[in-house]
Amino acid sequence: MIRTLSWLAVLGACVGTVRLDAQALTQDHSYTRADVEAGQRLYGPQCQVCHGATGDGVPGIDLRLGRFRRSSSDDDLARIITSGIAGAGMPGFKLQPAELTGIIAFIRAGFDAASASVRLGNAERGKALFEGKAVCAQCHRVKGQGPRVAPDLSEIGAIRTLASLQRTLLNPTESLLPINRPVRIVTKDGRTIRGRRLNEDTYTVQLIDSQERLHSLVKADLKEFVVETTATMPSYQGRLTADELADVIAYLTTLKGL
Amino acid sequence: MSCSTLRFSRVLQLVAALLLGASIAPRLAAQVTPDRLLRAAQEPQNWLTYSGGYASQRYTTLQQVTPLNVRDLEQKWVLQGQVLGAWQSTPLVVDGIMYVTQRPNDVLALDAKTGRVFWQYRYANSPDQRVCCGANNRGVAIHGETLFMGTLDAHLVAIDAKNGQPIWNIAVADSKLAYSVTLSPLVIKDKVVVGVGGAEYGIRGFVAAFDVKTGKEAWRFETIPRPGQKGSDTWAGNAWEHGGGSIWVTGSYDPDLNLTYWGVGNPGPDWNPDQRPGDNLYTDSVVALDADTGALKWHFQFTPNDAYDYDAVQVAVLADLAINGAPAKVMLWANRNGFFYVLDRATGKFLRGNPFVKVNWASGLDPNGRPIQTPQPPGSATWPGNQGGTNWYSPSFSPRTGLFYVSAWEGYASYYRREHQEFELGRNFAGGGHRVVTPVPDAPAVGIGRRSPINNWTDAVGHGAVIALDPRTGQQKWKFDQFDVTDSGILTTATDLLFTGGREGHFHALDARTGALLWKASLGGQIVNAPISYQVDGQQYIATIAGNSLVSFALRAPR
Repeated sequence: MIRTLSWLAVLGACVGTVRLDAQALTQDHSYTRADVEAGQRLYGPQCQVCHGATGDGVPGIDLRLGRFRRSSSDDDLARIITSGIAGAGMPGFKLQPAELTGIIAFIRAGFDAASASVRLGNAERGKALFEGKAVCAQCHRVKGQGPRVAPDLSEIGAIRTLASLQRTLLNPTESLLPINRPVRIVTKDGRTIRGRRLNEDTYTVQLIDSQERLHSLVKADLKEFVVETTATMPSYQGRLTADELADVIAYLTTLKGL
Repeated sequence: MSCSTLRFSRVLQLVAALLLGASIAPRLAAQVTPDRLLRAAQEPQNWLTYSGGYASQRYTTLQQVTPLNVRDLEQKWVLQGQVLGAWQSTPLVVDGIMYVTQRPNDVLALDAKTGRVFWQYRYANSPDQRVCCGANNRGVAIHGETLFMGTLDAHLVAIDAKNGQPIWNIAVADSKLAYSVTLSPLVIKDKVVVGVGGAEYGIRGFVAAFDVKTGKEAWRFETIPRPGQKGSDTWAGNAWEHGGGSIWVTGSYDPDLNLTYWGVGNPGPDWNPDQRPGDNLYTDSVVALDADTGALKWHFQFTPNDAYDYDAVQVAVLADLAINGAPAKVMLWANRNGFFYVLDRATGKFLRGNPFVKVNWASGLDPNGRPIQTPQPPGSATWPGNQGGTNWYSPSFSPRTGLFYVSAWEGYASYYRREHQEFELGRNFAGGGHRVVTPVPDAPAVGIGRRSPINNWTDAVGHGAVIALDPRTGQQKWKFDQFDVTDSGILTTATDLLFTGGREGHFHALDARTGALLWKASLGGQIVNAPISYQVDGQQYIATIAGNSLVSFALRAPR
């Protein structure tokens, strides 16, 4: 029976302080890592054409984050995968029971079979490090506290995998999402604005600057618009011990939004 | 209502119209005869076929809107669609009445001047329907007073253009086997021609023609030859049985040659060529068919033994040009595989081919237009990525500028993975997968359709562009970059304007000669159809669809 313990439950036990979220409430079956990996192999040929590699290819649905239009329980998911949704473009799939289990496990695991190797420490100690030695809170905001210069981390535990969190802490520049790259802008009237993009299109860019002001700028009005590729966040490789790193990651996994 | 009452009321209507002036005249739609379809260019007030005419140039000779006054375009009306999801339909306009489809298989008839709806037809698809890439429909065709629509469950329905009532309804193929019809049919003479989708689920595709009056099948061309048929030697073993070859977009027609041209989609399984050795005809090809019999006159294959899903899911654009000083009947084709081709449309002979985006799956084309394939090592990036250098988005050709215009994806690549997969009914038949190349792991990437008003994937994973190509040289004349990728088709005008959109919801008017931006409107939702132009009561309209809204623009009245 030990072999069939839920992989997520194992993680939960490690984190210690993980609270029940919507996903946990609706996930009514247990899955093994083998299930998740089996689902990962099947997702590419069967689901990716429409749902995309990151699970958010269909508007209103984010499989990786557990956001669905119609289903909430695992049984709902199983029914929709096997029966489809007439008129919505979702066909029914003929899958073996183990394959169906695998797909649902992969979805419930946030598309993340690699994270099992990420070590989780103590979330309480991680919180203390976040606010203290690691100085994360000097730039990042959590649950209404802290500056807005860097991305708000209140739901980072829900939207990033463990592997991604660890990668970002160790090598922020190589993990920096393009939208979060620092920008430096000089307007035609000579103002310099430094900040982080929130959105961009062909003609305009929306950003938050280092004084937490929101700007929506017309590109034709700019003299310079430079997107840096180096993260302002430092690497924690060597700044934190392996145990401390595991503690910070454990804390981040508890941040699941409201 | 008796006949005599009907006649009397018609007379009253006409008298009233004469007395009150043309502005409230009833729309007197005449029969759309095959002759009118042949001469569609002579009635630019109408948009009679999916691509605006048999040559599929999406070029209007209306001249009211010009580079000088395009800034005076204003929104005249909006029709709010009633369903969510990509709205890919191209409307038809016939004598002041617009016909447009919306997901999954509704048809609406509306006043093209006001956007007010006359009637709505709703088709109930079978729950068995199984369609790739969204519950899309790209429009209707018209013959006489009858509209034709293909359905997700692979039926073809004839509908009364006056009242929206179905006239006949036939099964084109079995939807339980994952056949579907998403394209706008093409009427040629007394036949209505459609093709089927479903290669992602292991179908064998075909183009088929049906009698416009009865729906009786007149001919069928199978895109995957059976053993013994010409081309079957390009398949090994029984791979042909689920060889794919979808038809996703409407064909073109040359009445002088009596040939109809259709682009054929990818082979099945999509990404594993190892289990289907051979060229896999007629996948990723254009086929030229006799319009009366469906007999294959010639074919040209763009991507033999495809490993990248580079289907020829493009509209064949027909143009008459001077090539090397001699007049030539050509076909212009910017393919998903990243090459722009010029073919002789009488013979299928390859005349020219040049990459229009970065390409590394092939080092070039040989003198016959066959790609010199250079597969990248596993784990290495392949350009263009899975959605291609372009895709199903309608291009345009302007006889005035002599340029071909296409919506392209640049800076976009994929990692491909091959995997052996046996066909099994009811499952995708993909044979592996692909992943978009992103600057960092787990970064958001582009795929099918816009998912959010916030672009957090950025141009780091690819961006869109309108590229103007000169068919005489194969070279790019100009380029208009967009930050997000684009699925919008293109319209050009006799006043050298180019209209197009994109996923950002901007609707742009460019100078077709230079690519300079002349006007834009922010419509808020992704534009994934192609703009059209038409005229009612002396006013030229430009219409497009953004998000859930069909919007029609015209010049504001002089003050």
